[in-house]
Amino acid sequence: MARIVPLENCSMAKKVRIRVFAILMAFTLSGFLLLFLGHNPFEVYASMLDGGLGSSYRVKETLIRTIPFALTALGIGLSFRMKFWNIGGEGQIMMGACSATFIGLNFQQLPSFILLPLMAIAGMIGGGLWALIPAFLKVRYRTNETILTLMLNYVALKWITYLQYVLWRDHEAFGYPKIPNLVKNAQLPKIFGLHIGVLLVPILVIGIYLFITYTKKGYEIRVIGENEATARYAGMPTSKIILGTLFVSGGICGVVGMIQVAGVNMTLSIDVSNGVGYTAIIIAWLAQLNAIAILVVSFLFAVMVEGGSYIQTVFQIPQAAASLLQGLILFFVLGSEFFIKYRVIRDRKTRIVTEGEV
Amino acid sequence: MKKVLCLFAILLVLSPLFAGGAQEAEKEDEFKVGFVFTGPIGDNGWTQQHNAGRLAIENELGVATLYKESVPNTQESAKVMRDMIAQGAKMIFATSFGYMDYMLEVAAENPDVAFFHCGGYKNSENAVNYLGKMYQARYLSGIVAGLKTETNKLGYIAAFEIPEVVRGINAFTLGALSVNPEATVEVTWTHNWNDPPNEKEASFALIDNGCDVIAQHQTAPANLQAAEARGVWGVGYHADMNDSAPEACLTSPYWNWDPFYVAVTQEVMDGTWDANNYWGGMEDDVIRLAELGKNAPAEAAAIVEEVAASLVDGSFEVFAGPLYDNQGNMILADGESMDDFAKLGMGFLVEGVIGNIEN
Repeated sequence: MARIVPLENCSMAKKVRIRVFAILMAFTLSGFLLLFLGHNPFEVYASMLDGGLGSSYRVKETLIRTIPFALTALGIGLSFRMKFWNIGGEGQIMMGACSATFIGLNFQQLPSFILLPLMAIAGMIGGGLWALIPAFLKVRYRTNETILTLMLNYVALKWITYLQYVLWRDHEAFGYPKIPNLVKNAQLPKIFGLHIGVLLVPILVIGIYLFITYTKKGYEIRVIGENEATARYAGMPTSKIILGTLFVSGGICGVVGMIQVAGVNMTLSIDVSNGVGYTAIIIAWLAQLNAIAILVVSFLFAVMVEGGSYIQTVFQIPQAAASLLQGLILFFVLGSEFFIKYRVIRDRKTRIVTEGEV
Repeated sequence: MKKVLCLFAILLVLSPLFAGGAQEAEKEDEFKVGFVFTGPIGDNGWTQQHNAGRLAIENELGVATLYKESVPNTQESAKVMRDMIAQGAKMIFATSFGYMDYMLEVAAENPDVAFFHCGGYKNSENAVNYLGKMYQARYLSGIVAGLKTETNKLGYIAAFEIPEVVRGINAFTLGALSVNPEATVEVTWTHNWNDPPNEKEASFALIDNGCDVIAQHQTAPANLQAAEARGVWGVGYHADMNDSAPEACLTSPYWNWDPFYVAVTQEVMDGTWDANNYWGGMEDDVIRLAELGKNAPAEAAAIVEEVAASLVDGSFEVFAGPLYDNQGNMILADGESMDDFAKLGMGFLVEGVIGNIEN
């Protein structure tokens, strides 16, 4: 029989070897899938890269997609630091988008330099308050935050649906279910062809890195993540820290909602978040919550998603197969983490099976 | 291990050989038609019918097509259209309401490409809207339901309070009333296009209320399955749904995009396209009523055939005066008819409908 034991001090070289092997395995297996569908896998992979990075237009689109991925992963990453499993990025993005849109639609006569910051603040408050609900219930009644944050996503989705179809429906739109577009004043200006929200990414990456590594609050968050009882014993106001962190965590997601509304879609719709809140969980996890790694992983993810979308158009690969391809890559990459943290020991021969001998 | 890695290395080095450059350039010159779909092509409903039209273009004209499924109603759709144009698409069919503004944006960038948006209201020089007069077939299905009902109570599971759905409910009600003045139509709003368990529950609730024919404006045949389970009847939509519930299904009004798609593609290829909006009906064969099911009332077929003929030759209009809404307000006086503009923005429920529109 085999046993699984934790592996300590996995060397850097070995980590790299395991990960590279996992990625190659993923591409081999999905290669067979593509062959089965009648495509040349190498052609498809080349085209996937082309779809993500092939021209300045594509690089721009990939960067625009990186922005919500990175910001949301940074946001929910803060709660993950405390082992507070915030699965609610999706809902926090939507509620942030909703409050930002409220300001954008109702105060559109204000000049941009006042209106846009107001919308961003509204987005932050919207997302932050939405995250405070499960945080409060957790510190007060010990409820399960995973379930609650997840369920609140659906509440948020229904709320946006109600806004789109009933409350904020554009009366100029002949009864069609559409929220009016934001006026020019309420749209984010562009910088290097990207909307200005891109500047938030380096600011937050560096800010959160410094905050977690060097500040007292950052230290407290890390201690709570290691052991909440210890934190309390050490005299830290754990409830207050959890509530404060969740407000910031949800608030960052809320700003993502504002950015998607004012910088990308120019209107609010039920597709505003479109799964970013869930993808960000995988990104934060793969990056092991390291702010700089989150930036890198988000970019790679954006390349994969953009490329995956591109090959559907170019090769007419069905959406399900494209998703399967992305799923396989993720499965192997996430699965390989197991071999970095653990090793399998066969009892009888006490032979160590490493990934290299499979 | 080393051998495997070695093999990978060799394959990776060779891979550029496979990724042909010349072949792609050739593909881009060919006339192509791009389809942006809101759902998967196997949804047995809305997208499946549009995809059938796409296949008709391929089969009848030999024109290559591109498509992408499940495209969200965001900026994402603009990106998909640009990708298709980069692949050589000279026409784009955007088959969901939420693509409208993004389509106009891409249309302005590509004046030599023809854009078609299903069910919207904003146009430009090279971008138009198209839709079908589904209400005609809805009226006919109302006749079948009105003849069938024993309780005089019809039910209707509907997604959202938008004109296309409201028009369908009204036409169905008027059809039922034309053969059965006692009939009422009770509406349940589900606020979701595709949520079969919820639709099934809503159907059961209507059946418990005494309704014995359940019609729908959703994606799936959940209403028919509910009716079949309770031994009552239902009306399908989108495609001929008879196979989902052969006992319960009386008929289904459905989309047949093939003639429009083929004709307009030919026009664009010939350079004769006039860039006008399109709202075709049964007279153009874009809308059809499926063959009546085995439990449809015997006398229905003859009446349906006669009314269908008068709809096709234009001697009969579904929305004609006197017409009252279910609040008692007069909408059309005797002898008045309704213009397309009023039909496209329809925001009232006719007399005989039990339900209301939140606004």
